[in-house]
Amino acid sequence: MDVITDNLGLYADGLLGTLKICGLVAVAALLLGIVLAGFRVSPVPPLRAVGTAYVTLVRNCPLTIVLFAFAFGLPEAGVNGSYFTFGAVGLTIYTAAFVCEAVRSGIGAVEAGQAEAARSIGLTFGQSLRLVVLPQAIRAVIPPLGNVAIAMVKNSAIVGAFGVGGELYSVASTLNGARGEPALPVYSGVVIGYLVIIIPAGLLVLVAEKRFRVTR
Amino acid sequence: MSGSVLHDAPGPRGRRRIAVASAVVSLVLIGLVVLAARRLAANGQFDSSKWSPLFNPGDEDFPDLWRLLGGGLLHTLTAAALAMSFSLVFGVLIATTRISAARWYRWAVVGVVELLRGVPVVIAIFFAAQVLPAYGFRLPLLWYIVIGLTAYNSVVISEIVRAGILAVPKGQTEAASALGLTRGQTLRIVLLPQAFRSMLPAVISQLVVILKDTSLGAFISYEELLRRGLIAIQTLRNPIQTYLVIAGIFILVNYLVTRLATYLEARLSGRVGSRPREAATP
Repeated sequence: MDVITDNLGLYADGLLGTLKICGLVAVAALLLGIVLAGFRVSPVPPLRAVGTAYVTLVRNCPLTIVLFAFAFGLPEAGVNGSYFTFGAVGLTIYTAAFVCEAVRSGIGAVEAGQAEAARSIGLTFGQSLRLVVLPQAIRAVIPPLGNVAIAMVKNSAIVGAFGVGGELYSVASTLNGARGEPALPVYSGVVIGYLVIIIPAGLLVLVAEKRFRVTR
Repeated sequence: MSGSVLHDAPGPRGRRRIAVASAVVSLVLIGLVVLAARRLAANGQFDSSKWSPLFNPGDEDFPDLWRLLGGGLLHTLTAAALAMSFSLVFGVLIATTRISAARWYRWAVVGVVELLRGVPVVIAIFFAAQVLPAYGFRLPLLWYIVIGLTAYNSVVISEIVRAGILAVPKGQTEAASALGLTRGQTLRIVLLPQAFRSMLPAVISQLVVILKDTSLGAFISYEELLRRGLIAIQTLRNPIQTYLVIAGIFILVNYLVTRLATYLEARLSGRVGSRPREAATP
């Protein structure tokens, strides 16, 4: 276990790196996901089609392939970027599909009477979504979104395995792969790093579930 | 239609607005597609040399390529099937022993469950592939993936099974004890068969997650579909086209599996012990 204590700084940097990627992706995926959910419930058929196609395609495609296709496919079409950019964009696109579904099911969880009442007092689609449905949907959406966020943290390890340096996974490849330190303590340290993020996050989701439980 | 609650059936003005919006959206979409196509064309991505090995049966590389990819798909399905089977066995074991066991055992299980749930699958696979050989357990690459996938998914499935068992009405257990069945018999003969029905859709949805995660095998050089694709790209030099085809195969297989889950859910809903299914997390 000396490997962990000797390289505590490296692990801490990795933890911060993972948190940085995740923070960035969380904000971007949340925005994209909400826009997509808006598409999926909109009265304009082509927008609904775009939303449905996006979710169906992205949810059924492994993140690994999305990342490979971005990093090694896009440069062929003249689109260049760093591994970090491709990794972050790939993870955002993937996560947004799950955010969209969580938000959409939240909208579905709002009682029909609420939207009907909003319409009957003359609110438009945009107004009833913004003023009546979404504020209520957010309560139902926070716990599932928390689970999506936890999955995103774990998926960021795939981005790491892919070669984006400076996050938790890359600590393992540095210590075990490059310096030849024993695998068991090195990987145990990485696992502990992820648990440090994920277990508190899981507890937060539990608290949120209790706090935002709506009796309908 | 999905959002019908959110807006009235549109009147003449609304219909006109929707038609205009539809036209604008369609134009923007077409514009984006044209832009992307021009970009691809400018970089020679529509050359027949890039597409024909994948789509033209007359191409000299076609048979070899598809034999390569077909074998990869087979490896992908093998890994997924093994991981699913082991996860089911361990999942049922964890769930059933957890329900009827001493307190210390339950707490131990909760600890292990929470631990394994928090470990990224890719780390679990690397853990198996790096740590096991260090202690003399050299296995074929397939097994590292199966071990990594099973570690995570048996925990997820145990939660599904537990929810399924808890959803069986209490009267069933009471009736079983009134008949003089032991706890084991009650579980085996009464609870599990009913729970299995209600949890089948969720279990099948989890199969999609497992199928997608088998592609992580590419990182440890297990020759599943993605790795085989990477091998093909090395000689054919057509990454965009090959990734599209591989992604298409995954999407098709997973879409069919999802449809099966939805179909079963619709068929089984309304029966004893059934409850709405939550979407599997990514």
